[in-house]
Amino acid sequence: MTIQEIQNEIVDEFSMFDDWMQRYEYMIELGKSLPLIEDRYKTQANIIKGCQSKVWVHAELQDDKLVFTADSDAIITKGIIAILVRAFSNQSPQAIIDADTKFIDEIGLKEHLSPTRANGLVSMIKQLKLYAVAYQTQLN
Amino acid sequence: MDIQKIRSDFPILNRKVNDHPLVYFDNAATSQTPQVVIDCIVDYYSNYNANIHRGVHSLSQEATDKYEQARETIRAHFNAKFTREIIFTSGTTDGINLVAHGFSGLLKKGDELIVSALEHHSNIVPWQMLCESTGANLKVIPMNDQGILDMQAYNELLTDRTKLVFCNHVSNALGVINPISEIIKKAHHVGAAVLVDGAQATPHIKPNVQELDVDFYVASAHKMCGPTGVGMLYGKEQWLSKLPPYQGGGEMIAEVTFEKTTYADLPHKFEAGTPNICGGIAFGAAIDYMNEIGFAEIHDYEKELLDYGTSELKKIPGLKIYGETAHKAAVISFNLQGIHPYDVGSIVDKLGVAVRTGHHCAQPIMDYFKIPGTVRASFAFYNTKQEIDTLVSAVKLAQKMLS
Repeated sequence: MTIQEIQNEIVDEFSMFDDWMQRYEYMIELGKSLPLIEDRYKTQANIIKGCQSKVWVHAELQDDKLVFTADSDAIITKGIIAILVRAFSNQSPQAIIDADTKFIDEIGLKEHLSPTRANGLVSMIKQLKLYAVAYQTQLN
Repeated sequence: MDIQKIRSDFPILNRKVNDHPLVYFDNAATSQTPQVVIDCIVDYYSNYNANIHRGVHSLSQEATDKYEQARETIRAHFNAKFTREIIFTSGTTDGINLVAHGFSGLLKKGDELIVSALEHHSNIVPWQMLCESTGANLKVIPMNDQGILDMQAYNELLTDRTKLVFCNHVSNALGVINPISEIIKKAHHVGAAVLVDGAQATPHIKPNVQELDVDFYVASAHKMCGPTGVGMLYGKEQWLSKLPPYQGGGEMIAEVTFEKTTYADLPHKFEAGTPNICGGIAFGAAIDYMNEIGFAEIHDYEKELLDYGTSELKKIPGLKIYGETAHKAAVISFNLQGIHPYDVGSIVDKLGVAVRTGHHCAQPIMDYFKIPGTVRASFAFYNTKQEIDTLVSAVKLAQKMLS
């Protein structure tokens, strides 16, 4: 599936809920399915700055596709990074660089998009894209 | 105290957040603003906005009078001996930096500064910078599990090398009231000066700087019903005369030639440039408002809120309160076992409850407890028990959703 198709799928899933509580509960559920980062990668260097809670992300190239693993010490943040990993993992670095993130608005998480918001959703997106740029340079 | 009448003084308390009535428990970050203070700001810009101290015209005179009246209101509130001992600042942080800057010429290598383990970063970093530039050393008064300072350790830290001691009156992260009277007395025995950060105390307590015999006391207007961007520094005249000016500019001079400038007398020596005139006047109005309600009444009512909140929150299984002592301001810093404070804050916000989460700019305290942060509910005299009930239900819901 392309990033766009995965994002549409996530938007469809979230559209089934009518209130914030159900959306948050679902986000927490999604956090449980996050492909977890190996402990040896939970280093200071892999922490995303700008988050009130800790978020670690690791990226590696498998057959020209970028695969992300992550974790967080906060449950809601873990749900947010899980949604991003689901949307961007197993894609080519170029596709990740080109992807937009409007779907965050559509699943009712717009409030988390503000750059000043303490959870650092913006920092997370930036970090995933930075990995993509780095690996794309390697591929060229 | 007529709580409904008081609440009606604060227009913001009528608004909704996320479709729920706002429950504002982030008062330790900033307090809300009563209509009289808002009116005072509107009145200034509508009727007598002018630059002060220089104009010969009537508006300037009017603005100058009001601004200086506010300084007198602040003096009276803190019971300083002289109005010239009150310096307007942009806030607590500014006041601390002013004093730290002033001491840079008075310290030498090997001198010692003492700071409490309970400080806000703003009462740590300026002193670290001062130590770096002068070669002085920074010592720390340790605390115990209740957030109480170890006074025995403090005694041992004090020597004839100690030049300055700084401590907050009330801890912003835990709400603990520190024994500043004792801290000041002991520091004076070895000839050290003391700066007390009153940012978290002044919303709840009316400090008496002469009785405390404190050398410097700093506070912010926005924590005591005033506007942001303005605060006060009290300094004993003998100290303020000794310290060099902080910033150069207009207002702070007596005479300027290219060869030499002589500085203005206190307090203007420390007030370079056009000050926050409107903010200063509104700060005075905020102090008048709080005194009209009465600090004794505020204390008793907030104590009731604190006791009620503490006992209701403690009924939640797995909830731990940090800094639970007999002497504390109306602040409850807590965590739910196994749950990140950020998660709790996010859920309760959805129900209209505003709390602070994180390390509260006091990372050393969080490191002590080995936690990433806490959820902090801080109360003001316009809060109610009913609002505390809303907080408790919201925390319970968060626990259910997050466990």
